[in-house]
Amino acid sequence: MAVELSFSKEIENMMYASHGKPIKDCLQCGTCSGTCPAVEFMDNSPREIIGLIRADMRDDVMKSNTYWTCASCYHCTVRCPAGIDIADMMYSLKRYSMWKGTYKEGLLGPDFSEAFVKMIVNSGRSFEPILAATYLPKYSAGDIVREGLMATGLVLSGKMPLLPKKVKRLKNVQRMVRRIIPIGDTK
Amino acid sequence: MKQYAYFPGCSLESLSKNYNISTQAVAAELGVGLQELEDWNCCGATAYFPVDELLAYTLVSRNLAIAEKTGLTDFVAPCSACYKNAYATNKYLKGDPDLLEHINFALEEDDLQVEGKMKVRHLIEVFIEDVGLEAIKEKTTNPLKGLRVAPYYGCQIVRPRKDKEDVENPQFFEQLLSAIGAEPIDYASKTRCCGGSLIITNRKAALDMVYKLLQDAVKSGANVIATTCPMCNVNVEVYQGQVNREFGTNFSIPVVYFTQLMGMALGVEPKRIGVSASMLSLAQSTVG
Repeated sequence: MAVELSFSKEIENMMYASHGKPIKDCLQCGTCSGTCPAVEFMDNSPREIIGLIRADMRDDVMKSNTYWTCASCYHCTVRCPAGIDIADMMYSLKRYSMWKGTYKEGLLGPDFSEAFVKMIVNSGRSFEPILAATYLPKYSAGDIVREGLMATGLVLSGKMPLLPKKVKRLKNVQRMVRRIIPIGDTK
Repeated sequence: MKQYAYFPGCSLESLSKNYNISTQAVAAELGVGLQELEDWNCCGATAYFPVDELLAYTLVSRNLAIAEKTGLTDFVAPCSACYKNAYATNKYLKGDPDLLEHINFALEEDDLQVEGKMKVRHLIEVFIEDVGLEAIKEKTTNPLKGLRVAPYYGCQIVRPRKDKEDVENPQFFEQLLSAIGAEPIDYASKTRCCGGSLIITNRKAALDMVYKLLQDAVKSGANVIATTCPMCNVNVEVYQGQVNREFGTNFSIPVVYFTQLMGMALGVEPKRIGVSASMLSLAQSTVG
């Protein structure tokens, strides 16, 4: 008989390797929210998100921009008196939202992450101009011009090379990746 | 000369070339042997983890496996994000036989196996702990007297907690700056986040974080900001103009890598550490 996991249990299971303390240990003290440098740009504070997860309010969590606004700075993690790895929990929510394809509209984070992984699978190295092609279309015209001018300046000043480097044993790396996830066609 | 397995990371080959050349120059001066890993791949920064956790650890493990194969004991990364990813992965490999088995199954495809036996270090730790502050002080021929430096730790060399280190008020960067004759300033934002990849995915939030950092450093009397991470450096240096436009400010504070300051203090030729003319004149004007 199939067992249906609660949302809070699913999120806990997604914190696979870090073995953080369970979310249910949260005291709702708000140290995380008081610490977070990005909290004013979040729909819900980290404390609220934990409260929503514990109440299994999946839809409210998923439609919040909070976890995609986390910069992964781990300040909340090191201060949490209950020992919860909150930054890692935000990563779990990002993974869950990518996996289920449910996240707030208009966010750049999911596209950026996906493009980044595709780039690594295609070359083994990261290279800023390739990434730019994926997120720039979502910017406004003025932003695109500014980014273009800045990039040109970086190339001219010798800071930015024009061609990306690649891993030599790329075929091996790609086969390695296929042993972990079914990537299919990455082009 | 002690040899280290050196993982430069992608940024040091593009936007942060100055960090790479100054690292090599300072390491040579201090007798630290950096052997670059052969055929290393990207560490994933903060962008793999939202897609697949196991994939993220596997790609980091490939670099660790290549390092283990060299027979060296220490894996050194100058980038804080590379360092944190390698450190955490290495720790999980040691503590989780199941994860280790999964990853080794994937690594077979590149004839590699990993054990999790490297000692993962950030470059600044190698200079401070292995070379030592005393030795650095002795080799300082050109102390950076009067240069008021904001030591910017950023996040990932101090967080998440690795051992018993002080995550709230670390002091090692200040000590290093004092050893090369500079004057470290005290300011509250030294371990606040620069915004990281939010500079791309949430520009507004990231610019706000950079703005607050710049304001704090400048108000506290810094005339230069020193970083230990390419991401911090790019966000704080390259986006200063956008901060000025957005917040109506007028910041023009130079941002350098700590290795560039060390290079200047050790008397390395400016072109070998990628220091700009304006930075040099600033340093010279404050001396004496």
